[in-house]
Amino acid sequence: MALTTTRPEVRPAGRDHESGERRLRRRRKLWSYLAMSGIGVFFLFPLVFMFVSSLKPSGQILSDSGSLNAFLPVGDISLDNYFGVFERVPVAQFLINSVFVTVVTVALGLLVNSMAGFALSRLEWRGRGLLLSVVIAALIVPFETIAVPMVYWVSKLPTLVFEGGLLKYDFGWLNSYQVQIIPFVAHAFSIFLFTQYFSTIPKSLDEAARIDGAGWFTIYRRIIVPLSGPAFATVAILTFLPAWNQYLWPLMVVQQEELRPVMVGMQYFFQLNPAWGEVMAYTTLITLPVLIVFLSFQRAFVSSVAASGVKG
Amino acid sequence: MLDTSTPATEISARPAAKPPKGTAPAQRGRGRRRNSLARRREFRAGLAMSTPAILLLTFFLVIPVLLAFGLSFTNARLISPNAPRLVGFDNFLRAFEDPVFLQSLWNTFAFALVIVPVQSALGLLLAVLVNQRIRGVFLFRVIYFIPVVTSIVVVSILWKLMYSEDGLINSFINTVTFGAWNGVDWLGEQSTAMPAIIVLSIWQAVGFHMVIWLSGLQTIPGELYEAARVDGASTWRQFTNVTWPGLRPTMIFVLITITIDALRLFVQVDVMTQGGPIDATTTLVYHAVRAGYRQQEVGYGATISLIFFVLVLIIALVQRWLTREKD
Repeated sequence: MALTTTRPEVRPAGRDHESGERRLRRRRKLWSYLAMSGIGVFFLFPLVFMFVSSLKPSGQILSDSGSLNAFLPVGDISLDNYFGVFERVPVAQFLINSVFVTVVTVALGLLVNSMAGFALSRLEWRGRGLLLSVVIAALIVPFETIAVPMVYWVSKLPTLVFEGGLLKYDFGWLNSYQVQIIPFVAHAFSIFLFTQYFSTIPKSLDEAARIDGAGWFTIYRRIIVPLSGPAFATVAILTFLPAWNQYLWPLMVVQQEELRPVMVGMQYFFQLNPAWGEVMAYTTLITLPVLIVFLSFQRAFVSSVAASGVKG
Repeated sequence: MLDTSTPATEISARPAAKPPKGTAPAQRGRGRRRNSLARRREFRAGLAMSTPAILLLTFFLVIPVLLAFGLSFTNARLISPNAPRLVGFDNFLRAFEDPVFLQSLWNTFAFALVIVPVQSALGLLLAVLVNQRIRGVFLFRVIYFIPVVTSIVVVSILWKLMYSEDGLINSFINTVTFGAWNGVDWLGEQSTAMPAIIVLSIWQAVGFHMVIWLSGLQTIPGELYEAARVDGASTWRQFTNVTWPGLRPTMIFVLITITIDALRLFVQVDVMTQGGPIDATTTLVYHAVRAGYRQQEVGYGATISLIFFVLVLIIALVQRWLTREKD
């Protein structure tokens, strides 16, 4: 798009010089395209191999793997592998679980973290400084450091269960949806991003609204939220991927098959030693939704990641 | 836009007109009262809106961190009829006599030692390539970023199949060498398992750091390049004298995030090698999970997690220090 609109340059006069420079630039461009395409092949070939192989019988995947046919949908193409996956494991249930956990985590996270960000960036209250320092300290705690103690902890937490029509009090959050959602709702980095973004909105808006009689929650809901679309998009994207890709945590806290998310389900399926084609079908099945979301919102994805780097 | 139908709050409920001169003390008193009422409301609003986050952070961050400390000094087990007992520094002493722990510490460092320079350099190279003002460059950014949005579980399984003895990679080498190549079980050999994991880890994550580098590159003002060009600086000189100094803050961020991510290595190992062959790929986090969860020794698992945490903390402090120096 910006092919010819390079920066206005002060060029020395002289046609020879100019055409030489242009030739040099064209050659450099050619090399750039070659390099970028070569690297592009390196990044794409495993995924192309995956998509294509998911349509082939396992024997053919092996015999094709020595030639370019490995990347081409040729030979005995069918959806049999997909049917095979659905027969062997409850993939539909895994997908529903993951979609549910992801959507609820992201939605609750947007609400909880943006409210905290609002209170931290726009309100003066006792305890604000403490919360802010906890949030900043929390930015450097990788989940892996607390995963093991947390399994122990959630196995002791009280919960309510329905049993025979009665609501009962019990202990242990293992094997539930809540254990896959609740611990990940409050997210220090999201709070941090919201706080940063909200503090760029002029405070005079709040004052005007206060004079008109608006309460703080109204200001949050009617002024700040509508003005903060990009911040919400960034946080949604940055929390969506880890929620969908959750592996270590559900591996430890969810043993019941009907509650498993896709990634853990995948690992169990893989351990059944299924045919290669079926493995590829499963991985395609859980990769495609994310790829579609990514390709539809690529600019937002890329700028979210960039934003995470600028602030961090 | 505003909800003006709500009942008047304290501000409009009070006379807005200024009292005449001479009633200054009374005015000040009233002002303070109004102020303190508004302040109380602000305090209540601030607390109310942060309460969900405060509760959740307390339960699922602060307490687990404290537990990581506390449990390291006990012999707690995941499922046990007996209450955990204090054992002092036993777990720490045990860790430094545990050959698997020492091996995992070394493996984690070795992984980071390769990943950090290679991945950050490749990320920068990609960023420079896709930062050119030429047609179609955005397409390449998207392509390089695709592995980042692909789950690491999927990536690990996919590469495990490609690495197998009759898999894509051996077949490819075999074809290129006209059949002179005997397949290698990349993940089954002690010497090649970790390098194999390194390659796919870079393949998966480098696009992320490309984007970070790219945003750093784009903060460098174009006039600087123009000035350099007018002075007749070559492309390489432009890079060393303009680009590289301008990238310092980005560089610190990239190095730190890659280091911390490298220390967290778990999924690839869990899916591809289960720590083998002969613990050649066991990492700190993998060992912590194996001890703390699979063998149910929460106390010992917490100890390894804590040592891991201290390492991360040191790196974060280094980052603090480096970025402070800049200001």
